[in-house]
Amino acid sequence: MGFTRWGLKKSPWVYHVNTGACNNCDIEVLDLLTPRFDVERFGIQLVGTPRHADALVVTGICTRQCRPRLQEIYRQTPKPCVVFVIGVCALTGGIFHDAYHRWGRVDDAIREVDPNAIFAYVPGCPPKPEAMAIGVLKALAML
Amino acid sequence: MDIGWVILVFALATVGTTVLGLLSKWVDRKVTARIQWRVGPPWYQTIADVAKLLGKETIVPATARKWTFLLAPVVGFAGTAVAASVLWGANLSGTGFIGDLIVVVYLLTMPSLAIIVGGIASGNPVSALGASREMKLVFSYELPFILALVTVIIQAGGTLRLNGILEHQAASGMVIGSFSGVIAFLVAILCGQAKLGLVPFDIPEAETEIMAGPFTEYSGAPLAVFYLMKALLLATVPIFLITVFWGGFREGWQVLWTVPVYVLILVLFVLIRNTNPRLRIDQALKFFWFGLTPLSALAVVLAIFGL
Repeated sequence: MGFTRWGLKKSPWVYHVNTGACNNCDIEVLDLLTPRFDVERFGIQLVGTPRHADALVVTGICTRQCRPRLQEIYRQTPKPCVVFVIGVCALTGGIFHDAYHRWGRVDDAIREVDPNAIFAYVPGCPPKPEAMAIGVLKALAML
Repeated sequence: MDIGWVILVFALATVGTTVLGLLSKWVDRKVTARIQWRVGPPWYQTIADVAKLLGKETIVPATARKWTFLLAPVVGFAGTAVAASVLWGANLSGTGFIGDLIVVVYLLTMPSLAIIVGGIASGNPVSALGASREMKLVFSYELPFILALVTVIIQAGGTLRLNGILEHQAASGMVIGSFSGVIAFLVAILCGQAKLGLVPFDIPEAETEIMAGPFTEYSGAPLAVFYLMKALLLATVPIFLITVFWGGFREGWQVLWTVPVYVLILVLFVLIRNTNPRLRIDQALKFFWFGLTPLSALAVVLAIFGL
């Protein structure tokens, strides 16, 4: 167990889920892969399918349309996996809190599927890339 | 030669080549990062990837053929491992048999076959699309690849034994030293690029178009075996090219001389990968059939005339 746990800490592969974000957080997430921040130093890679992912990076308010899709993606991700809730919209709804198309919080949507899901929250509108990087590293250190 | 000795050679060659391949994969990622002005991952990155994948849950999709889906990566890994051990055996201990060159060429297509079978067995339309592209890619690059090897066979006086090729090169100079050898080597490098699925020819797993291609549905341990298979192939293809074109590594100083050649071939792969955009499958087919096949045919003709 120790060896695989070490591997999980050293190479989290990330799948990016947009559940109705305004694209601002998404740009900041992509900034993490650029030479300035380069999260591949910590083994973090963006992968194209949830089957390969160890972490879901969820941005945006959870819209009613996106809720079943987000839950399906969570079910498709092999466990153990971590959910990173990025941006104030995903945490609380932010300025879209009372919008007609909003379902609720991202973590509530995922807890409907798996009550024991692991979450890490990075607030901000959008959060700075540095904030996201340190959030990811702190979450990994606590695994 | 008794069976215990064969199993020992196979186990040593498999483990050794896999470790070499994992290190090569790290070199690939590190050089890519440096080209893109990044820092890049630490040296144990590929080992951590494998360790993590082994600890993950293995999901078999409801639409998949379970046993084909799970066995495909193992078959691909085993095929590449046998190819690697034949190459190590021919180089270091001089063992071999008539036609082992042909066997190695066939075994080196096993990973592609495993990718095709696994992709189709996973029952995902995206995987099937990737598998179909992989099939077309195999049909494209095999022809110039084999013609490039025919050049070597003609230069070595028609022998189909790897040892015969090595002895010929030890006696009368490396194949790469001749004009036809250089052309054949360039063709073989580009075909190796397609065999390894690196960027100008990573059409089967184009992640911007079809997620991860045939690997889309794989997770956990089967994905780890595919990862190891790719690493093994990344080490085996340069070793094959060194054996066939650069005189192999038979004893003493030649083993040391092989190290810079290996790094050179690996970095050549990485540089081609980082300086080219991805082709479409029809462009790749045209490139291999109408670009490289005449070139390797020219190499064959030159080799017949002894150039």
